[in-house]
Amino acid sequence: MSVATQTTAVRTGRIGRALIVTVLIFFALFYLLPLGVMLINSLKPLPEITGGNMMALPREPTLDPWRSAWSTAQIGVQATGLKPYFLNSILMVVPAVAISTMLGALNGYVLTKWRFPGHRWVFGLLLFSCFIPFQIVLIPMARLLGLMGLAGSLPGLILVHVVYGIGFSTLYFRNYYAAFPTELVRAAMIDGAGFFRIFWRIMLPVSGPIAVVCIIWQFTNIWNDFLFGVSFAGLDAMPMTVALNNLVQSSTGVREYNVHFAAAILAALPTLLVYIVAGRYFVRGLMAGSVKG
Amino acid sequence: MSAEAMPAATSRADLRGRLQDWLPRLVLSPSVAAMLVFVYGFIAYSVFLSFTGSKMLPSYDWVGFDNYRRLFGLSAWTTALVNLGIFASLYILISIAIGLMLAIFLDQKIRAEGTLRAIYLYPMALSFIVTGTAWKWLLDPGIGIENTMHLWGWESFRFDWIKDRDMAIYTLVIAAVWQSSGFVMAMFLAGLRGIDNEILKAAQIDGASNLSLYRRIVIPMLRPAFLSAFVILAHLAIKSYDLVIALTGGGPGRATELPATFMYSYTFTRNQMGVGAASAVIMLMGVASVIVPYIYAEMRQGEDR
Amino acid sequence: MGFLDIDNVTKSYGTVEVLHRVDISVGEGEFLVLVGPSGCGKSTLLNMIAGLEDITSGTISINGRVVNEVHPSRRNIAMVFQSYALYPNMTVGQNMTFGLEMHGVPKAERERALKDVAQLLQIGHLLDRKPGQLSGGQRQRVAMGRALVRDPDVFLFDEPLSNLDAKLRVDMRTEIKKLHHRLGRTTVYVTHDQIEALTLSTRIAVMNKGHVQQLGTPREIYDRPANTFVASFMGNPSMNLMPARIVVRDGAPHAQVTLDGASQKLLRLGQPALAAQDGREVILGLRPEAITDEGGADSSAQLVEQVDHVVSVVEPAGADTFAAFTVGGRDVVARLRANSQPRVGAQFPFRLNMDKAVVFDPRTEARIGD
Repeated sequence: MSVATQTTAVRTGRIGRALIVTVLIFFALFYLLPLGVMLINSLKPLPEITGGNMMALPREPTLDPWRSAWSTAQIGVQATGLKPYFLNSILMVVPAVAISTMLGALNGYVLTKWRFPGHRWVFGLLLFSCFIPFQIVLIPMARLLGLMGLAGSLPGLILVHVVYGIGFSTLYFRNYYAAFPTELVRAAMIDGAGFFRIFWRIMLPVSGPIAVVCIIWQFTNIWNDFLFGVSFAGLDAMPMTVALNNLVQSSTGVREYNVHFAAAILAALPTLLVYIVAGRYFVRGLMAGSVKG
Repeated sequence: MSAEAMPAATSRADLRGRLQDWLPRLVLSPSVAAMLVFVYGFIAYSVFLSFTGSKMLPSYDWVGFDNYRRLFGLSAWTTALVNLGIFASLYILISIAIGLMLAIFLDQKIRAEGTLRAIYLYPMALSFIVTGTAWKWLLDPGIGIENTMHLWGWESFRFDWIKDRDMAIYTLVIAAVWQSSGFVMAMFLAGLRGIDNEILKAAQIDGASNLSLYRRIVIPMLRPAFLSAFVILAHLAIKSYDLVIALTGGGPGRATELPATFMYSYTFTRNQMGVGAASAVIMLMGVASVIVPYIYAEMRQGEDR
Repeated sequence: MGFLDIDNVTKSYGTVEVLHRVDISVGEGEFLVLVGPSGCGKSTLLNMIAGLEDITSGTISINGRVVNEVHPSRRNIAMVFQSYALYPNMTVGQNMTFGLEMHGVPKAERERALKDVAQLLQIGHLLDRKPGQLSGGQRQRVAMGRALVRDPDVFLFDEPLSNLDAKLRVDMRTEIKKLHHRLGRTTVYVTHDQIEALTLSTRIAVMNKGHVQQLGTPREIYDRPANTFVASFMGNPSMNLMPARIVVRDGAPHAQVTLDGASQKLLRLGQPALAAQDGREVILGLRPEAITDEGGADSSAQLVEQVDHVVSVVEPAGADTFAAFTVGGRDVVARLRANSQPRVGAQFPFRLNMDKAVVFDPRTEARIGD
C-alpha cells in the first residue's frame, strides 16, 4: 500500500494477539474459499462434482473442463468456447485503455499547469461523470451507436469505454500533477520549451507510477464491465464477461459445473494476474479514486 | 497565489504565440465535448424521454409525469426500491464493520500482513460476473455449502437462502460484501497509517486502554475514511447490476430485483422505454444525492491547492 | 533609462491590486535585491520580469526593448528557483543544456558552454548524475549553472538560498557575490532575508504590501530608512523605536524621552531642521549598535549622550552582549562589548550615539528632519 509506512504504536497482550490472528486467518479463508473451491472443482470430471464433496481434492484430475471452456463449450449458438470472446475483450481493452489514459494525462496536465478560468467547473463535471449510474446513458447511447453504424461492433464498445473512462484517468493524472512542482514547468518555459515539449520532456518521463495506476484501473474496469457489453456488443463483439454469463446461465442440457468454473477462472485470469504482479499500484488506484477529489 | 504556470496572454505578438495560448484549451476540448455530449447531453435526453410515451423506440409525445406515476404504481419498482434499501444498508454496514475490524487487526504488527492484505483485497480485481458464478454455486443447497455439511455428517444443516424468496436478498449481501470489504479494509488501513504515532503514544501515557484508545481517538480520526467508504459503497450499491444477473437473475420471483435490473428489463425486454428512463432518472438522483455533496466538499477543501 | 526598467507597473488579480505603481530602474551590471516579508509582492514582481505573470498595467523593458508581450524564453533571462526546479528525469548536464537545446544551439557549442560553466562552478564531476543523487548545496550549484549556461542579459533569483541550512547559506551567499563580481551581469534577486539583501546588493528595494517602501543602496537603507517599516525590517536586532517629543534647548533640537518611572531625559539631535518643530510628538529611532557601554562608544561620534538606567534583560551572544532597558514602556536593546558586565536590576551607564539617531513622524511613519 502506498501509504503503509508505519504500523501502530499500540501494544497488545498475548491472548489478544492470538485472538486477532485467529480472526485474520478465518477471514483469509473466507476470501480464498470461493476461488479455491472453483479451482479444485474445475479439475474434476462432472460426476465427481454432482455426486461428491466440493471440498474434496479431485480423485481423477483432468484438464478437459479447461479445454472445453476455452475451445468447445456452447456459448450462444456455436460451440466455440471462450476463445473468440477472450480475443474480443483483448481487442476492446487495449485501445480503450491506451486512448483513455493518454487523454487523461493531457487533461490532467492542462487542468493543473495551464489553468484557465472555469477549470474547476470542468474538473467537477468530469469528476461527477465518474460516478453516474450508467443506466442513465444506456438508451441514448444505444440510439447514437445505431445512428453511427457502430451498434454491436468493437469500435462502438471502445468508444463507450473511452468516453466513460476519461473521468477517472483525468482524476488520476490531475491529482498526480497537482503535486508536481509548477516551478519545473516555469523553468522549462524560460528554457524555451512549449506546451507539448514540456509535456513530453518534463511531465511524461516522471509520470510512470501514475500511468501504471491508471492503466491498471482502466484495464480492470473495462475488462470486468458487463453492462455495456451486454447492452451494446451484440453477438460478434461480445466480451468475456458476457460470454461467461451466457455460458453459466444457459438452460439447455446438463449443467457442466466444472466447465463453468474453468471459464470463470479464465475470465478472471487477466485481472488477477495484473493484481498479483502489480497489486501495489492496483490499491493505489483504488485509493486515489476515493480519497482526493 | 495561484499556481498557474502561464499567463493567458503572453506573446500575443505573433501567431505562434497565440496558438500556444489556445493550445491547452484545444487539447482539453475533445474530452470536454465528449463529456458534454455523452454524459450531460445523454442525461438530458434520458430525462426528456422519461416525460414521453416512448415504448420500444423513442417517441416525442409529451406525457408529463405519467411515467413517474406509473413507475411508483408498479409493485416491481417498489419491490426493487425496498430490496435496494435492505441490500444497500446491510452491504454498507457489514462491509464497513468487517473492513474496519480487519484494518485495525492488521495494524497490530502482524507478521504476514502483506500476504493477508493481498488475500483480502483480490476479490476487488474480479468481475461481478465471476463473483456471482462462484457464489451461486457455493450457495446452491444441492451441491454447495449445505451439501458439504451434509456429507460431513451435519444432516440438519440448512442454507438454502438463494432459493428462498424471503432470504435471497441476503445472498446478494454476502457476495457483495465478499467482493468489496477488502477494499474498505484497505481504505481504513491507509487512514490508520496516516495517524501520527505520537498521538497514540501520548494517549497511552495518558493511561488510555487499547479499547478506549481506538474508541475515543483512533476511530474518530478515521472520519474521512468512513465518509469515503460510505460514498463509494453507496454508489456501488445503487449501480449494482452484474452481481444480481450472475447470482440470482433477480429471482426467485422478484425477490432480488433492484432498480438497475428493473431499468434494464423495462427498457429493453418489456419495451417500456418511458418508464425505464424514469427509473434511470430516479437512480441518477439517488447517486447524485450522495456524490454531489462529497465532490463539492472535496473541491472546496482543495480550493487553495 | 537603465538596463532593466520597471515603469509604473501594477498587478491585479481580479479587483485586488497586489502591486501598486512600481518604478525601478536597474543599471547594467547592478545587483538589485527585492526584499520584504512574505506576501509583499516581491516574487510577483520577479515573475512579471520573467514573463511568468501578466503585467496588468505599466511596462517592463530589458535592454531598451519592451518585453510585456514577449514570451519568457525570448526575454534573454535566466532564473534560479527556490526549489531549484531541476528536471528530475534528466542528468545534471542535460538539465543545464536543455535551454540551449530548446533554442536550437548546436551540440558542440552546448558542450563547450557546459564545460566552461561546470568548471566555473566546480561541478564537472556531477554532470552525469541525476538531481535526486545530489545534496542540497550541489543542486543549488546546478541550478545556478543552468542559468549561467544561457549567458543571459538578466539573472533572476527567487529566494535561491532559503532551502539550505544556515552554514551552507552563508557559503553560497559569498559564492553568488563572487560570481556577480566576476561576470558583472545584471541581477534581480528576491529574498525575505535582510542580511542577504544587505550583503549581496548594490541596491535594495524594500517592499511591503505591494508598495516599494524604499529604493537605495544598502548603506542608505540601513542608515537612513525612509520609514519605520524599513527601519524595523532591516537590521537584526531591529532598530529601537521610542516615543519622544521634540524640545528645543539653547537653539538646538532635543528628543525628550520618558525613562520608566516618570524621569525624563533630553537627548541632543543632530538634525538642525527639527528645531522648527518644538513640541512635536515623534518616534526616535536608534540602532542597537548606537547604544553601547562607555568603552564601546564610537570615538568619532560627535553627539554622545549618557543614560543611566536599570537593566531589564541581559543576553550574552558571544561576540557581543545585548542588554535591554525600558523607555516609554518599550524595550530598548543595546549592543555592548562582550566583556562588559551589566547586571539585571542594576543601574548601567549606557552611551547613546545620537549621530546615528533618526526621527519619524508617528502618523505617517515617514522619516523627518533631514
